[in-house]
Amino acid sequence: MIPAAFDYVRAESADHAVTLLGEHGDEAKLLAGGHSLLPMMKLRLAVPAVLVDLGRVTELSYIRDAGDHVAIGALTRHRDLETSELLREQVPLLAHAASHVGDPQVRHRGTIGGSLAHSDPASDLPAVLLAVDAVLVATGPSGAREIPIGEFFTGYFESALADDEVLAEVRVPKLAGVGWSFQKFNRRAQDWAIVGVAAVHGGGHIGIGLVHMGSTPVRASAAESALAAGASVGDAAAQADEGTDPSADLNASEEYRRHLARVLVRRALEECATRG
Amino acid sequence: MQITVTINGAEHTADVEPRTLLVNHIREGVGLTGTNIGCDTSSCGACTVHLDGESVKSCTVLAVQADGCDITTIEGVAAADGTLSTMQEAFRQHHGLQCGYCTPGMVMAATSLLRENPSPSERDVREGLEGNLCRCTGYHNIVKAVLAAATGDPTSTPSMTPVDLTAGSAS
Repeated sequence: MIPAAFDYVRAESADHAVTLLGEHGDEAKLLAGGHSLLPMMKLRLAVPAVLVDLGRVTELSYIRDAGDHVAIGALTRHRDLETSELLREQVPLLAHAASHVGDPQVRHRGTIGGSLAHSDPASDLPAVLLAVDAVLVATGPSGAREIPIGEFFTGYFESALADDEVLAEVRVPKLAGVGWSFQKFNRRAQDWAIVGVAAVHGGGHIGIGLVHMGSTPVRASAAESALAAGASVGDAAAQADEGTDPSADLNASEEYRRHLARVLVRRALEECATRG
Repeated sequence: MQITVTINGAEHTADVEPRTLLVNHIREGVGLTGTNIGCDTSSCGACTVHLDGESVKSCTVLAVQADGCDITTIEGVAAADGTLSTMQEAFRQHHGLQCGYCTPGMVMAATSLLRENPSPSERDVREGLEGNLCRCTGYHNIVKAVLAAATGDPTSTPSMTPVDLTAGSAS
């Protein structure tokens, strides 16, 4: 399968990418690792007229200690997340979840920023970043702005990024010592999660992100509220699917996804308790 | 667009359409057909090559993205005199193949795996090869071959454990 023809331009920096997006408008798509976009282009589900390749913008590939948070450049690859000593120590949930994205070849190319900007509700990392309350930084013609992760996912494969904005950085609070868990339920090793759960619980932190439980990555808000009000893990997990709107597909009916969410949230919270 | 890629040590400059996939450039542009196209959807791993030393699925990389990069294909793994690499020899010794279609990708993925984890457990190997499908389901001997290669002696016989088929069930 070959993508439809497009013009290819290579960005030299984040600012250059913003300029190129300004020139080409909504005809252009940003290319990072390409492991979500290129398959869609090969299936002709995506037919951009112009690809702006961020692949050489090395200034956006980093994992840095920034005081109260870890700053991650948007072009940081999953492989770099999973092997980062800083992340393993400070945000082990993210390092661990990154090691479960796709397969090794995919993790050598795919990036955290690409995964977020693609806004696929079946992706692993968006749910993780919801659970830890990450803050995203987008850069555009008028400078940089912060976007709380809770405001980022606006619809099915849609994000709060404007057509001329580039996702530049992901800021993740340090959570060393806080219980965490990542539960990914699938039938075959490299598949997307049928349902997944990312959770942090302990030390005053409560965060539960759900994979594939709606048209966007979502939080298990009812379960989070129940925990905050002092409910037991079992009672909170029983509300894991409240307020979600999971789809049915070849792998699962809506009710099966709801069942999985309740089971996996319970397992996740139980595991959090062993790690706190 | 003009690109230059180094494949198995030799520079190749060519004019390619931006939509040309790396695997098509390798097979049809450069004429190295050892890299197979399987699923063409970045699932099966048959097209695995090394891009700057790391395994990638070349059906999901544009040739223009590889401009200036160093690529190794299955043709570049053996020594110039034809002596097989340790990994290739281990696949041969342990019969880590049946029809052979997935083999180039398996060898490239396994070689990359050992570079990142030189002493893997059996589980590490199984998980490390999750991006490569063998439709003959010859996984047992493939895993055995990779574990043998990891010892440095492709003729060694690693011990294997039964797979836990109950792992991951939901209740």
